[in-house]
Amino acid sequence: MTAAEPVRAPGRAGPARAAAPAPDPAGRGTRKVFFLTVLAAASVIFLYPFVWLVVASLKPRDRTFSDPFLPWPVPFRPENYAAVWDAAPMLAWLVNTVVVGVAAALAVTLSSAFVAFGFAYFRFPGRNLIFGSVLATMMLPAAVTLVPTFLIWNAAGLTGTQVPLWAGNLFGSAFYIFLLRQFLLGVPRYVFEAARVDGASYLDLFRRIALPLSRPALIIAFVFELKASWFDLMKPLIYLQDPALYTLPRGLKAVVDQFYQGGDPKWEIVLAASVVTTLPLVVVFFLGQRYFVQGIATTGRR
Amino acid sequence: MRRLRPETRWAYVFLLPWLIGLVVFQAGPMLASLVLSFTRYDLIGAPEFAGTANYARMLEDPRVSRAIGNTVVYTLLHVPLAIAFALALALVLNRVTGRAAGAFRTIFYLPSMTPYVAVGVLFLFLLNGQAGMVNQFLALFGIEGPQWTTDPDWILMGIVLMSLWNLGSTTIILFAALRNVPRELSEAAMIDGAGTWQRFRAVTLPMISSALFFVVIINTIASLQMFDQVYTMFFGNQVAQQSYGDAALFYVVYLFQQAFQFLHMGYASALAWVLFLVIAAITLVQVKVGNRLVYYEAEEHAG
Repeated sequence: MTAAEPVRAPGRAGPARAAAPAPDPAGRGTRKVFFLTVLAAASVIFLYPFVWLVVASLKPRDRTFSDPFLPWPVPFRPENYAAVWDAAPMLAWLVNTVVVGVAAALAVTLSSAFVAFGFAYFRFPGRNLIFGSVLATMMLPAAVTLVPTFLIWNAAGLTGTQVPLWAGNLFGSAFYIFLLRQFLLGVPRYVFEAARVDGASYLDLFRRIALPLSRPALIIAFVFELKASWFDLMKPLIYLQDPALYTLPRGLKAVVDQFYQGGDPKWEIVLAASVVTTLPLVVVFFLGQRYFVQGIATTGRR
Repeated sequence: MRRLRPETRWAYVFLLPWLIGLVVFQAGPMLASLVLSFTRYDLIGAPEFAGTANYARMLEDPRVSRAIGNTVVYTLLHVPLAIAFALALALVLNRVTGRAAGAFRTIFYLPSMTPYVAVGVLFLFLLNGQAGMVNQFLALFGIEGPQWTTDPDWILMGIVLMSLWNLGSTTIILFAALRNVPRELSEAAMIDGAGTWQRFRAVTLPMISSALFFVVIINTIASLQMFDQVYTMFFGNQVAQQSYGDAALFYVVYLFQQAFQFLHMGYASALAWVLFLVIAAITLVQVKVGNRLVYYEAEEHAG
């Protein structure tokens, strides 16, 4: 399966090797300056929309579009953030997003690790066939199962609750199972066998050895699923009707519909709400940065 | 039933969550959606057998062809552009080593941490025809920018432009692949007198071909399923929906509308199955073509 290509054994994850000193022909210095200039220019392009967003969210409405290249707010209007809190239940949405996100991430991490241990440790009839099913579902577009999945949650009487936003994750997810299995295959078998000889049960092997040893891969799975859940708009659109249960993306969509598209234009509120939706995730990114970079390089998740 | 060895039994215990999930949330729904695609079902009554009516309707539905057209044009523009820019960034990143490369990589990835709804909102402002930053920037060069968010002829281009803000993961994958290209190869080619372009063409490109191929596939599949940003910007609000017609109608947006706005569950299932077949076919073709184009290191060692 092609998705397997960029995945490497855990020992080789990370940056492959220190850059060897290259021969140093003349002109290398100026070329380096050139490359750094290109990268700096690209950085401005990637960063400036953030700057604009934050700056515009701190200005009064009639100045939203003024001075787009001035990187600080004039006049400064931090009251916009108080106005957001009054206009929409941002705090409740933030709490919902964190609760749903942590539930989704914990569920998928633990269940995927459980299944991955099964694939990595045991040899049993049908293993390759079942593992093939893991690989096959990786490319399955979520849109295909949208309707029947909705019918399942509807039949279970759980539409209108947050359960469908995370409970599907209790059964593992192909990408993370794949990642964790690769990781566990890198653990020498005698580590497990020694524990078996000492009388450890299979559950002990999973809990006491596999779980602690795969910590970096578990963190990768956790942060990626947290991000995916924080991004998700489709499931909250389908399953949530009560605004009190909204997550931030769903809430932000409601804010846009009311204050940008609707007859009551309050751009500053839309902008401030966007900052509130984005900022926590940026903080998570800075805390877990190296796991994100490793995770993308090894699994290709976005 | 034959008695299983205890070890085998335990193996199945560990696999149980996956197997349950496979049946309940993957294979089951796939089949259910195939069956539903041959019915009329509005959630209220029982599904009614409709033969191939849903598929026939797809052929005649002008909104389907519009949605397919928009999605395909977007994909054909987004995928090559995104990969070209990401590759360029990764190549430059690969030339500056150490801390600087890490810092830039972080900056390039930051936009990918912005939830798509917020991306959609942000670009509604940036692409605003009258006063958005993009057009104010173009005005600096005396160019009068188009009405990106309201002119039906320019909406798709605006969406492509927005999508190019999000190159982080593609850049990281390609950068990681470039870091794995043994420097000796490139140096050997340099000693043999190969120029920069020749070295890129004959050494670097083949060595990263599997990563390139991978990002083509994932970017294509993601583009075909574009939903969040577009839905945020142009749908879900009736005032907004009327003004620009179907210029921003993407396939999955239409599927979503059919299923959850109009409750045409049978028709939506047919749309979903066609999407599945298309994505499966594209993946298959890309794998076939890829196998011919991609250089796999392992093969050489095996042969």
